[in-house]
Order: sequence, then C-alpha cells, then structure tokens
Amino acid sequence: MSTGNMNLTLKVWRQKNNIAKGSLVDYKLSNISPDMSFLEMFDVLNEGLVDKGEEPVVFDHDCREGICGACSMFINGQPHGPLQGVTTCQLHMRSFKDGDTIVVEPWRAKAFPVIKDLMVDRTAFDRVIAAGGFISVNTGNAQDANNLPIPKVKADSAFEAAACIGCGACVATCKNASAMLFVSAKISQLAQLPQGQPERYRRVQSMVSQMDAEGFGNCTNTGACEAECPKGISLENIARMNRDFYSAKFVSEEEV
Amino acid sequence: MAELNAHIPEGELTEKWTKLRSSMPLVNPANKRSIEIIVVGSGLAGASAAATLAEMGYKVKCFCFQDSPRRAHSIAAQGGINAAKNYQNDGDSTYRLFYDTIKGGDYRAREANVHRLAEVSANIIDQCVAQGVPLAREYGGLLDNRSFGGTQVQRTFYAAGQTGQQLLLGAYSALERQIGMGKVEMFTRHEMLEVVVVDGKARGIIARDLISGELQRHSGHAVLLCSGGYGNVFYLSTNAMGSNVTAAWKAHKKGAFFGNPCYTQIHPTCIPVSGDHQSKLTLMSESLRNDGRIWVPKKKDDPRKASEIPEEERDYYLERRYPAFGNLVPRDVASRAAKERCDAGYGVGASKLAVYLDFKANTERYGKIEANKHNIHNPDKETCMRLGREVIKEKYGNLFDMYKQITGEDPYELPMRIYPAVHYTMGGLWVDYNLMTTVPGLYALGEANFSDHGANRLGASALMQGLADGYFVIPYTIGAYLSKELATKPIPQDHPAFVEAEASAKGIIDKFFAIKGTKSVDHFHKKLGKIMWERCGMARNAEGLKKGIEEIQQLRKEFWSDLRVPGDANELNPELEKAGRVADFIELGELMCMDALNRNESCGGHFREEYQTEEGEALRDDVNYAYVSAWEYKGDVTFELHKEELKFENIKVAQRSYK
Repeated sequence: MSTGNMNLTLKVWRQKNNIAKGSLVDYKLSNISPDMSFLEMFDVLNEGLVDKGEEPVVFDHDCREGICGACSMFINGQPHGPLQGVTTCQLHMRSFKDGDTIVVEPWRAKAFPVIKDLMVDRTAFDRVIAAGGFISVNTGNAQDANNLPIPKVKADSAFEAAACIGCGACVATCKNASAMLFVSAKISQLAQLPQGQPERYRRVQSMVSQMDAEGFGNCTNTGACEAECPKGISLENIARMNRDFYSAKFVSEEEV
Repeated sequence: MAELNAHIPEGELTEKWTKLRSSMPLVNPANKRSIEIIVVGSGLAGASAAATLAEMGYKVKCFCFQDSPRRAHSIAAQGGINAAKNYQNDGDSTYRLFYDTIKGGDYRAREANVHRLAEVSANIIDQCVAQGVPLAREYGGLLDNRSFGGTQVQRTFYAAGQTGQQLLLGAYSALERQIGMGKVEMFTRHEMLEVVVVDGKARGIIARDLISGELQRHSGHAVLLCSGGYGNVFYLSTNAMGSNVTAAWKAHKKGAFFGNPCYTQIHPTCIPVSGDHQSKLTLMSESLRNDGRIWVPKKKDDPRKASEIPEEERDYYLERRYPAFGNLVPRDVASRAAKERCDAGYGVGASKLAVYLDFKANTERYGKIEANKHNIHNPDKETCMRLGREVIKEKYGNLFDMYKQITGEDPYELPMRIYPAVHYTMGGLWVDYNLMTTVPGLYALGEANFSDHGANRLGASALMQGLADGYFVIPYTIGAYLSKELATKPIPQDHPAFVEAEASAKGIIDKFFAIKGTKSVDHFHKKLGKIMWERCGMARNAEGLKKGIEEIQQLRKEFWSDLRVPGDANELNPELEKAGRVADFIELGELMCMDALNRNESCGGHFREEYQTEEGEALRDDVNYAYVSAWEYKGDVTFELHKEELKFENIKVAQRSYK
C-alpha cells in the first residue's frame, strides 16, 4: 500500500460559469502519495471540499487511461503537465516533489470557452470534423477489405496521425491558439490512404474553412504543439495539410 | 404484462438472418424522413446506429454525457476485433466463430443471435476499412491478424493497442458527417434520466443538460439505448469514470426486463491495485497473452525478484493446466486460475495479489527471427533481445508505456505484474432477436443488452458486437417496428407521460439535495464496490450473497439518509450526476446478488464455489439452469424472475474444456 507523504500547495482556477470572472484559489494538500495520478490527487482535494460543504473543482475526465482525450489541465504552464507524451490522467505525483506549488488552469483559447473551473467547451473540434473529417461511405457500401492493399509504411503513417485523441493540448499551448496540428492529423490520416483520395481536396478546404470560422489562430511554426502533444502527433502533418490546401487551389477533384 | 418471446426466426440456423432480412417490412424513403429515432450513447453501438439510421433517411437525435461523442468508452478498447474472414487460411469460418463464441460463453447464449453476429462480422471489417480506419497491415499491404483467448485461429484485427479508438473514430466520423448534413442532431453533455412510455410504447426520454441543469423532453418513434455496461457498480473497474447503468436502469424500471445481471467479466490482465486512493483500474490488453507467458514462483512466498528465479522454479500454471490453449484460455478461466494461485500463497509483488506476465521468451524468439532477416546468423542473446524489443514495441508499445507510467516499472526489463479486475458486463437489458426490449419501441444495443456473450465474453468480441448491432442489425430490424408506426404523428411533448416522467426525474434530484447529510457520493460508491467485490465478485457462494443483499439494503438506507450533494440543480454539478448514478448502482447491485444467488450453478464468469468440478472448473447445471434470467421490476426495489429457455439445436452442449 502507498504511503502518502507529500505536502503540496495548489493554485487552481475557479470560475463559477462562462460569464463569471474567475481567479486562482489556493489549496493546501497533505499526505499525497507519489503513486497517485494527478487526477486522483484532485479527487482527494474534492473529497475534502465536499466534506467541508464546499463545491468541488470541476474538471473533464473519463477513461483515466490516456485515450479518451477528456482530461485537460494546464499544469505549471504546460498542457498535461511536465511529462512528455502523457495526458493529465497518466501523470503521476512522483513527477512532483514534496513542498511543490502547482498552478492548474483550464485550456486557454478563444475557441475553447471556459464552462466552469477547469472545464472548457471543445465542441469546435467536432464541428471541424463534421465539416469534412470523414470518408463519405454509407454503411453497406464496402468491398472486401483485402481488395485494397495498402503499403504498410503508408498504413502505419496514417495510423500515427490517427492516434490523435482530440484533447486540445496543441491549441492550449500554442501562442496563437491554432488548431492546425489537430486538423492536419485527420487530413493527413485520410490523405495517405487510397480510400481518402476521392474527397482529398474538398476535405482539406472545408475543414480549414471551418477551423478558421471557429476562431482558431494561425500557425507560425513554433512547434509547441508537437512538443506538448501527448500522442506525439508530428508537425509533418501540418506540412502535408498545407501542401494539400495549396494544391486544392489548382487541382480539381476530377484530376485526383 | 410483457411476454418473453425472443422472436427467433424459423428455419435453418444459417438461413434465419438472411431470410428475415429479406422479408422484413420496409419503410419507404419518404416516410423515413418523418420518423424520429432517439439514440442514447455514442460509443461503437450508438455512433454506428445513429450514423447508419441517418444515412437511411431517419431523423435522429443522439445523446451522450461526454463533451464529444468521440470520448465514449469504446475508445479505450485495446486489443482488437474478431471477424470470420479466414485471411490467415487457418480454418476459420462463420461456423467456427459461432461455435467458439457459444462455447466461450459457457453455453448460456442464444444460438441464433450468435450465428448472426458471426455472419456480419466480416462486413464490419470491410466497412471500417472503407471508412479509413488504419488497421494493422503486413508488408504485402494486406490486413494482419493476431490471436485472442478461447480460439485456436487468428481472426483478430487490430490497430496496435488502440483498436477501440480507431474503430470508434471511424464510427464518430460517420456520425459527424450526418451531423454536418443536419440529419443527426447531437446533444453532448446531456444525460438521459427517464424513458417516456406512452400507451405502452417507448416514445421519448427526459434528458438533463449537464451544463445548465435544465430537464428537457425529447420525443421520438423509437428509443435506442446504447449506453454501455455497468462494471462501475464495483467502483474499481476498467470502465471510464462516467460509465454508468442509469439509462438501462431507468428503462428497467419502466418495464424493460434485465437479463443475466450477475454475469460479470473479470479480466485476467490488469494492473494490480496499488492503494486506497485508486480511482480506477487499467487493463493490459488480452493481446499481450499472444506473447506474454503467465507464471508464479513454484515456491510459496518466494522473496526473490523475478529475474532471480530460474526457469525450472517457475510455474507456468496456464500452460500446465491447459496445454491445448495455454496462455490463451478464455478470460474467466485465466482469472480464476490467477486467483487460485494467489489465494494459495504463490502471488507476487508487495500485495501478493499479482502474477507475472513475462515477455522475455518471446522477445528473444522475435529477436532471432529479426536477426535472420538482417542476415545475422547465430546472434548473441543481447542482439536477440535488442531486436526482439523493437518487435514487441511495434505490437504493444502504447501498452508498455502505459504500464510504465502507472507502476513506475519498465516492462521491457521486468515482467509485468497483473491481477484480474472487473472489465465488462455480459448481462444487460433483455432483448429479443430484433434487439427490442420488453417495452415496444425501446431497443438496447452493444454492451447495454445481454444478448450475445452468454456467461463469458471472448476477447475482441465486444467491438464486434457493438458494431454489428449498430451497423448491420438495428438498421434492418427497426424497420419491422417502424413500418407499423407510419400513422403515428410526432409525439406531443405535453402528453401526461412526459409531464410525469419529468416530474419523476426532478423529484429524485430534489430528494438528493433535501438529504443534507454528511457523506460524499464517492463514500457510498466505494462501500458498494467493496461489498460487490467481496460478495459477488470472482467467486460467489449462497451465504455471502445473502449477506451481500443485506449489506446493500443497509447501504441504500444510509445513502438516502446521509448523502451530501453540494451546489444546486440548475448548474453544472458533477456531484449531482454521480449521486444519480450511484443511487441506481445500489439498486442494481442488489439485483446482481439476487441473480447470482438464484443461479445454483457455475457458468463462465459466474462462479459459485459450491458448484465446481474436482479440478476447480465451473460446473454447469444444464437441466435446471439452461435459461436466461430476465428480471422484471415490481416497484420498490423488488423483482420477479422470468426465464427464457435456451435451446441448442446446432451445437452439442458439453463441459467446456481447454485442456
């Protein structure tokens, strides 16, 4: 069994709702185990708040195994905290020291308005996907799966782009709040597969147009998104998206 | 009262589905446009159903409690999806998948449903590939397969350890496409709190907007519950924190029978519990048993590290007990065997509640193959291990990373420590062959229904079933019902049934706030979990189950007299959401114990200690218990048992053997 011996000071963003003014509130925690996940540490905080009759801190979380993409805490100035390649739920307290002060904020971006405390509205991502992040194939229209051989290298590269969990860390960390890494990951997945070719140029145009309409910023090639992405989505995807976006201006669908 | 008729079509097993599908009443395209369907849940079953029904022309409203349909817990499925494609030329067929599933379920599933599942399994792979789901491929460009438990063929398709994610994103894309076209109206951060039944038919739901707290009325000609399983009744499980039984339970209270509630799947390979703070358990995919060998020391309470224990002092107990299937026995068998070793004092790690899952032998074997490919002959051990690790990384990289993150140990160097944990619930709302519950117009799909897995689900079959139900079953079977509903006008939302349902939902919320007790929701949930694990977990007995029922009844009293829910109803309030879910879990927990107590036999995941063979295997009683338990809610947390007899006409029922 774990022995909890860490004492921490948390500075947590509290905001009643999307119109209220928020602020950082201090909380002291003691007897925290290094084996706890960051969210389990928040469970301890919240259990204590409920016991005192106060409202617990609201945050998004669900699978707690790093795949659903719900958790979204901006910890000490970094989305998902100090560790590379993990989401907040997979960050453990052993990554911190006894006596640390930890600042926890929500994702900050115009396109991700705060709902309450650390919870933000990321439905803009869904709308970008709805604009074109798919292959138009109705159920029942498929041929035998092995009728379409796909080179392993291509399939693997598409899979790497498809590993995006839609958490929004890329947007949160970007000084421009750009969603280019997220959008390009989907475009890149489908553009590398033969199934994605018929709609390739139409897709990139509609998704980029929706991305702009949602109020995400532009890309200035800083690369913070790639550095902070918990799933290692590569900047190459953005390059691929840009290529397709410019090509789309000159190539008509029929020529693809 | 609703009658228990499974509506299994007449005819030969292999013809039933084809014939029914071809003779099913249809709804013409013009009429579809005026028919509304409500889909609750957006996982594999919900998203695939909502997308497909919208493609067909129906008006669909889809609800999920998460902030996006892409986050439904199907996303966390790791290992793979089964399909009878026989791409590996190893003798697979529709019949073999059907047979393996019935046997794996310990002869407690319906033959006709399972055969249909096996029939459509191949279509699912085709559909997903067409959507751009990047399943793993070989160098020749064709799809790759791996093995899963309970089978001797390789029929599992996969995408590294993220198969559920990729399949769900495929279904989510199809759903978003329909949302974009305005054919599906999506309600995220909404939770269903009531089913509305008008003149005996499901006609809508009451949903709570989780942000504003507003209770809303939504009407439709049919309601589909695709709301997943109820493993979180155990508090600690591999389910997501939000996974809950509320939608299914409210339907149960409105007349839908609950099927086989005690059938719970305890998955053999999960990361062991490390402390009281733990909020959930993490699965290590069954696919790891392709290359991981499970063992414990031969000596009791062996203090040595794994690496210090020589080969001859290790007990590869699954290979020893089940030579034919070895490490790939079904989950229930593997879990019980792990428990048996640990209970007998051979467990490892600090808690002694763990066994080793060791990749060393196969890492070395892969390394040798790779070395040969690189033209290195007679490679030394170090080269083998280095090259082998690369292969292992490609197959299971994300799982190894996750293990390291959670435990702080490197599984490339040390064997994993694993222990069984609650993972999946075979039980669920009782449905007929058409996936309709005992309430007309109310359907249940995916893990939310009880239908296809009997008393134990085989690995990589949950994804198959969820997508089969959503893509290929409900789109046909719902036509039979809706074709008779053409004259039904849009359902008025001021109907007394809506008023009453909303008042009932509001009444429960008000009651939570009125208690003003001293204990948090989690306090009760943890207590419930402990009772369930101890009384109705991996091994059960009559005495323990009776005690469990008393303890749960006592807990229910405490819950309703000492609960504290802070905040108020008209705002985002996660404590209130949890309170509603735990209230339902407490009632369900009691029914699970009752069902386990009633079933005086052992089968699959349901292991009653009184009923076992001399070798400690599950001992079924086919004379008295070859039935589906379908429980009817009789008000005030009382239930009445109905039985659906299972008939096996194509498979010879036998004692399950994996030796």
